[in-house]
Amino acid sequence: MAGHEVSVRLTVDGTARQVDLDPRVTVLDALRDELGVMSVKKGCDHGQCGACTVIVDGRRILSCLALAASYDGADVTTAAGLGTTDHLNPMQQAFADRDALQCGYCTPGQVCSAVAMLEEARAGMPSHVSPDVSDTTVDLTDAEVRERMSGNLCRCGAYVNIVRAIQDVAGQDVARAGGGAA
Amino acid sequence: MTTLEPRMLEPEAPAAADAAPTGHDRMRVDAPAKVTGTAPYAYEQPVEEPLHLFPIVATIALGRIAEIDDADARALPGVRLVLTHANAPRIRVRTDAALTILQSSEVHHRGEIIGAVVADSPRVAREAAALVRVTYDEQPAELGFSIDDPRATVPRRVNAFKHGSYERGDADAGLTRGTLVEADYSLPMEFHSPIEPHAVTAIWHDVSALRPRSTRLTMYDTNQGTGGHGALLAPVLGLLPTQIEVISPYVGGSFGTKGWPWPHLVLVAMAAKRLTGRPVKYAMTRQQMFRTVGHRPASKQRIRLSVEADGRLGAIDHQSWAPTSRLRSYVDQTVSATRMMYDVADLRTIHHAVVQDAAPGSFMRAPGEFSGMFALETALDEAAHAVGVDPVDLRVRNEPAQDPETGKPWSTRNLVACLREGADQFGWAERQPVGARRDGEWLVGLGVASATYPNMYFVPNRAGVRFTGGRYVVELQASDIGTGAWTVLPQIAAEALGVGVDLVDADIGHTGLPWAIPAGGSVGTFAWGDAVVAAARKFRRTHGEHPDEGDHVTATGRMPRGSRGYSRHAFGAHFAQARVSTVTGEVRVDRMLGAFAAGRIINPRTARSQLIGGMTMGLSAALHEEAHLDERFGHVVNGDLAGYHVAAHADVGDLEAITLEEHDPWFGATGAKGIGELGIVGAPAAIGNAIFNASGVRLRDLPFTPDRLFDAWGQPTASGTRATSP
Ligand code: FES
Ligand code: FES
Repeated sequence: MAGHEVSVRLTVDGTARQVDLDPRVTVLDALRDELGVMSVKKGCDHGQCGACTVIVDGRRILSCLALAASYDGADVTTAAGLGTTDHLNPMQQAFADRDALQCGYCTPGQVCSAVAMLEEARAGMPSHVSPDVSDTTVDLTDAEVRERMSGNLCRCGAYVNIVRAIQDVAGQDVARAGGGAA
Repeated sequence: MTTLEPRMLEPEAPAAADAAPTGHDRMRVDAPAKVTGTAPYAYEQPVEEPLHLFPIVATIALGRIAEIDDADARALPGVRLVLTHANAPRIRVRTDAALTILQSSEVHHRGEIIGAVVADSPRVAREAAALVRVTYDEQPAELGFSIDDPRATVPRRVNAFKHGSYERGDADAGLTRGTLVEADYSLPMEFHSPIEPHAVTAIWHDVSALRPRSTRLTMYDTNQGTGGHGALLAPVLGLLPTQIEVISPYVGGSFGTKGWPWPHLVLVAMAAKRLTGRPVKYAMTRQQMFRTVGHRPASKQRIRLSVEADGRLGAIDHQSWAPTSRLRSYVDQTVSATRMMYDVADLRTIHHAVVQDAAPGSFMRAPGEFSGMFALETALDEAAHAVGVDPVDLRVRNEPAQDPETGKPWSTRNLVACLREGADQFGWAERQPVGARRDGEWLVGLGVASATYPNMYFVPNRAGVRFTGGRYVVELQASDIGTGAWTVLPQIAAEALGVGVDLVDADIGHTGLPWAIPAGGSVGTFAWGDAVVAAARKFRRTHGEHPDEGDHVTATGRMPRGSRGYSRHAFGAHFAQARVSTVTGEVRVDRMLGAFAAGRIINPRTARSQLIGGMTMGLSAALHEEAHLDERFGHVVNGDLAGYHVAAHADVGDLEAITLEEHDPWFGATGAKGIGELGIVGAPAAIGNAIFNASGVRLRDLPFTPDRLFDAWGQPTASGTRATSP
């Protein structure tokens, strides 16, 4: 495949990056293998676990299912872009406060997913458990949070704490708070 | 029985700096790094100009490699090395058959590693591996096993040094007293499935060809214990343990799969040896996680027990059948908990193993206890129903005064308190007769099961304490696999040193530190803790209250003298509320409560997380987890997370853990017991027993999927109604 590289520009956690890629490379592998951005994790590479969740142009995506070549020009936020260890995003702070993690490997994906999920709920997007899909105000019950977060597996079993953490910050504008670029 | 005060583990405000360092909430010290994704896991350790490896694996279950054609792979630009048994380094010390890879043309199981490609990029390595054409001379493989399998043998010892068989009294005579309860149970093959797959980067530094002992191997790995991995890999790689540096500061979950070195580590080290000086990286795919990194072997069990009208057990005969790999034997200690759990005079317990041409199994969270207690605690529910005794009362009535297996006194045993307190807090008194509670299409019921996990602390550990920069550092080869060791070990050290916890750091997760056993068998906190306490006390004795920069001691922690005179276990009780849809057969778990007596709780916040994590994995096993091994071809049919389901957010409702005050000096200086495995033991039985209380359907095979409910009810008709409905 050598010689068939494509040039891709990405803004990653607020920094403009450019890289020449094998067109088979996913956003996930571009971040981890080509750009050294390790704040996004690989758990399955097949859209089955959610560990690779990042926020692209405001929406959460599974970066293992996104070819980098088709994301030229995209604005990508990973967990490291939402906050820093000294200045956590409120969602990250809530995860720490509620011990919503154990091994921590699913955690960056959970955090990105949760932040974007709250935006989706705020925008009135229904879920499988919403009683009325035409209702544009979402009552973010625990069942709603669980349903909307079910793409993010946590094998350590921190689910009940993750839901509490998300409920702690639900209603706050977490996507724009904190130290990051989102 | 002492009266015990339950304590809620709901995280409280972190302790003030002047509070006693242990017994209080301490926020996970690695939480900021983990929530920002900046804690470096194995694959993420920065190395210069890495090469990338992709393995070649056998596509037959048994036979020989006839020919390997790697011409196309070698021709691909960017390929640096194709490694097969034809050109691999020789392994002279064969300590572990599963690690002895690429030494012959023999294939022992499907998915076995038979080669590798190393290339400039992961893509090229993977593409090239697919271009390697392997032809085989295939032989028929033995796969599949059954209860009363004629090929079965009884191992002398099974995992954790437990006896293969054990009897007391006269089980056959005892079974004739009272009501006989008899049934078969099964658990499927399960996979640990940590969200971080195995990953390793190896760098072989050949310092001087003239001085072979100057060779160094660096491995950035993800494992439960760096020293153990180094020691086990060294002879296979022709090195001394001191020549291997293993670095594993953060581990993205394990549950047993990263507790023992697997063949991919040998493979990557071999490749690194051929490509001296260049880092060789390998990130296992999720599909490969279902091949060569262990699993919980399936088990089939038969229990026969007799029960008197008052709920007293007469006798128990508990036997298990399980597959074991011809390549390397591994048998779970499935029936061992039955030996000590209840006051039963007449008992027979036997493990049977059936050799298979399959990949080796291994320990997975609470090996043995998990499988055996599913069957036993379900059978006890059947016994309670058979004689009309409340299932909590039945367990209390069979409480043994001392360990019925060894005759030793209990160090502490507060199972009854867990059952009583759990029942109170859960609202057990609201439990209705079988099938009596209906909520629309749903039948709702409550279930209970006991939990236990033994003390697995067998070998002494060492730890160091160093004073530097005005702070103390506690040093040992411990590993934090999500348990909280980074957070808890400084708490233990701070208490023993008499300083605030904020003055103590941990240095763990790499070799070159004092020896400590891997994080397994739920011993980490209390066994490492013993060494930490010993080192802290020695530090104060040696260097006093006002140490100088660089002062340092190392000390050994040993099991408390006299502890072998006691039977040492942790206990707990699970309560579950399940609902069963009469329309779809779906099972939902509305709520679960675990009440545990697990010694002194060092950090309630991380302890609760481990306990609810175990319960969640138990719920996952109850509802979803089931790997299907194709007995014709030897592969796992559903080998990824789309096919092998684990619990997701939406599966887990209201789930809580409480612990009872307990301090067990016979576990060690901290008074703590192990909690990593306790939370999963018995959880599926509590759910199954709740399903029975809800629906009258007794499910004895995990997982409790809708088809099993329908099988019990009769097949659904074309119109969607059932021939027989509850
Ligand atoms: S790595 Fe993308 S969903 Fe698992
Ligand atoms: S914290 Fe380990 S997988 Fe979620």
